[in-house]
Amino acid sequence: MKPDTYFIDGNTACAEGAIAAGCTFFASYPITPATEILETMAKRFPEIHGSYLQMEDELASIAAVIGASWAGRKAMTATSGPGFSLMMENYGFALMTETPCVIVNVMRGGPSTGLPTMVAQGDVMQTRWGTHGDVGVVVYCPGSPQEMFDMTVEAFNTAERYRLPVVLLSDAVVAHMTEKVVIPPKEELDIVNRKKPKNSPEEYLPYCPDEDLVPPMACAGEGYGVHVTGLTHDERGYPSVDEKTQTFLVTRLINKIRKNSDDILKYEEYKVDDAEIIIVAYGSVSRSAREAVDMARAEGIKVGLLRPITLWPFPEDRIYELAAKGVKAFLVAEINFGQIVYEVQRCTDGHCPTYLAPRMGGSIHTPEELVERLYGINEGKEGSN
Amino acid sequence: MSIRKSRNYFSPDYMNQQKEKDKSYGLHPLDGYLKKDRIPHIWCPGCGLGVVLSSFLRALDHSGIPKEKTAVVSGIGCTGRVAGYLNMDSFHLTHGRAIPFATGLKVGNPDMVTTVFSGDGDLFAIGGNHFIHAARRNVDFNVICVNNFNFGMTGGQAGPTTPTEATTTTTPFGGFEHPFNLPAVAAGSGAVYVARWTAYHVEALIRSLEEALNKKGFCFVEVLTPCPTGYGRRTGQKTGKEAMKYYKENSRIEHGADPTEVSLDQDEIIVGKFVDREAPTYQERRGEIFQAIRKKKGVE
Ligand SMILES: Cc1ncc(C[n+]2csc(CCOP(=O)(O)OP(=O)(O)O)c2C)c(N)n1
Ligand code: SF4
Ligand SMILES: [Mg+2]
Repeated sequence: MKPDTYFIDGNTACAEGAIAAGCTFFASYPITPATEILETMAKRFPEIHGSYLQMEDELASIAAVIGASWAGRKAMTATSGPGFSLMMENYGFALMTETPCVIVNVMRGGPSTGLPTMVAQGDVMQTRWGTHGDVGVVVYCPGSPQEMFDMTVEAFNTAERYRLPVVLLSDAVVAHMTEKVVIPPKEELDIVNRKKPKNSPEEYLPYCPDEDLVPPMACAGEGYGVHVTGLTHDERGYPSVDEKTQTFLVTRLINKIRKNSDDILKYEEYKVDDAEIIIVAYGSVSRSAREAVDMARAEGIKVGLLRPITLWPFPEDRIYELAAKGVKAFLVAEINFGQIVYEVQRCTDGHCPTYLAPRMGGSIHTPEELVERLYGINEGKEGSN
Repeated sequence: MSIRKSRNYFSPDYMNQQKEKDKSYGLHPLDGYLKKDRIPHIWCPGCGLGVVLSSFLRALDHSGIPKEKTAVVSGIGCTGRVAGYLNMDSFHLTHGRAIPFATGLKVGNPDMVTTVFSGDGDLFAIGGNHFIHAARRNVDFNVICVNNFNFGMTGGQAGPTTPTEATTTTTPFGGFEHPFNLPAVAAGSGAVYVARWTAYHVEALIRSLEEALNKKGFCFVEVLTPCPTGYGRRTGQKTGKEAMKYYKENSRIEHGADPTEVSLDQDEIIVGKFVDREAPTYQERRGEIFQAIRKKKGVE
């Protein structure tokens, strides 16, 4: 779409964000509530010389995306919980082989087939720990159609800059809601492309990182003869199944994210400065939470909102700082039975209680029910979570 | 190209070419295709994998396709380790996912001559669904299946190609399932080139692989291969040599045989080139349609 202001849904905005970021390969398998992303890509790709493939399943979708990334393309797939579960093994493969790509998961109610058309936020910890082994991950959680566009661009940039699969964790409400979306002109978008090797194929060590812990990436057909394996590998990319290589590699892969987390981390605060109670909410729920902040403040309760935009890295230091500074309590509102709440609790380090406003899926919290909880917390009527 | 036409493998021209290559590479004319610092390989004595790999490299060498434009994709298994020994763009995927990866790689960069090199378990147990769909799409790459009738790497378990009566570690009393007839699966799913050879039929295998490398579309070559460690020792072919002797004495070449009639539960092993037909590839079809759309919309 040409740079302009549009009234579109989150999924369309996501597809347009991908195209704006330079995505020319998309492979996926239809699933509610992500399907509009595929449909938009299928329609738009001829014009931009892109490749759209509807694969036989999500195992194939992510494998094709990884293959296309090694062919030098910016590549993406989109799915929901059941498909995301199928992708877990190759999510780990992409992390291990440092393959830049973007995986969109539009969350719906689970477990299993669950609530196909309705919202939930039950896949949060799956994005963090769903693949086997120890990993460092980056997950964006957009809260509006505009952010579906912006964070898709950002997800591609982070994927390319740090060489990893980045997850855009959306939900059915944000994906299907229609709102104003500004598509900026190309010049205003900051687009990042992966680092290429500067040395000759003879000198090139495919897994020898620069100072930022990210190795330059040679792709297929560039004459570097790259070898890519999910086995533990040394700097040459050769499998080396021993403890020393494992420690060296996995440490770097995790530190690559940890040491750059200040650059990656994103969160938004609303009326936090003088707040005594802070709501932590992300995705669609953050919209109700924002409303609840204003409603509670009108009643004289000093409430603020902290909205993580990256769930990983998580705003650990900020939450610790707020807790240590004397915030009375945190209230975590999420559409699950408690996932991010434990992260918040960990970060407060015992300085104040953390409460959970859970929801099982199907709809988002109403501002009123959050205000109700805020009253309780304010009056000291709530037991700690 | 017919099998007959490519029979200039031992022509003086080719031999001279080889001699020149010997000079530049060192000891063996195919050394340049291998990561020599990764040799010795992990394969067992008597394993047929080396034969299949060197046949592939000979075919590649003879085809003249530059190795910079060649990609090999493997899954997991003893066969899956092939990718790691090659001095070219090579990818060692997760179990079963070599084919969809290759689909992305080939569609992403159509210049890459792409070959999936993997085992019977990887391609037809865990990866079976991808195989039939890639054949149906007619994406332009080759699949070499090393069929050693078992899961070699994990220690000789039964798989989708294990003969029913064979005893393996997971069928200690013989099996109860019917194995795939792979050429029929490939042909029935839409492959444009289907051949079967054994590790004994080296020359024919090389020519067949060269044809596949040169042919557009989804090409499938099955290679029956000795696995003395995982399979042979429990089924009466204790050494690679015994398996090779068996292939030699029990195979019959029948080009053009109906793929549905070459299942391995008969007295003889039917080998040969079964299918060689033309069909537009995925890329060709899509290219045409996309171009028409761009023209209609007035975009370049
Ligand atoms: C998802 C997954 N399941 C199981 C395995 C274990 N595994 C490794 S190799 C293999 C079988 C390989 O058999 P085949 O493809 O025939 O290769 P061969 O070793 O016989 O060459 C299995 C089951 C794995 N690596 N990944
Ligand atoms: S187990 Fe079988 S296939 Fe694997 S290396 Fe040994 S002989 Fe070859
Ligand atoms: Mg096998």
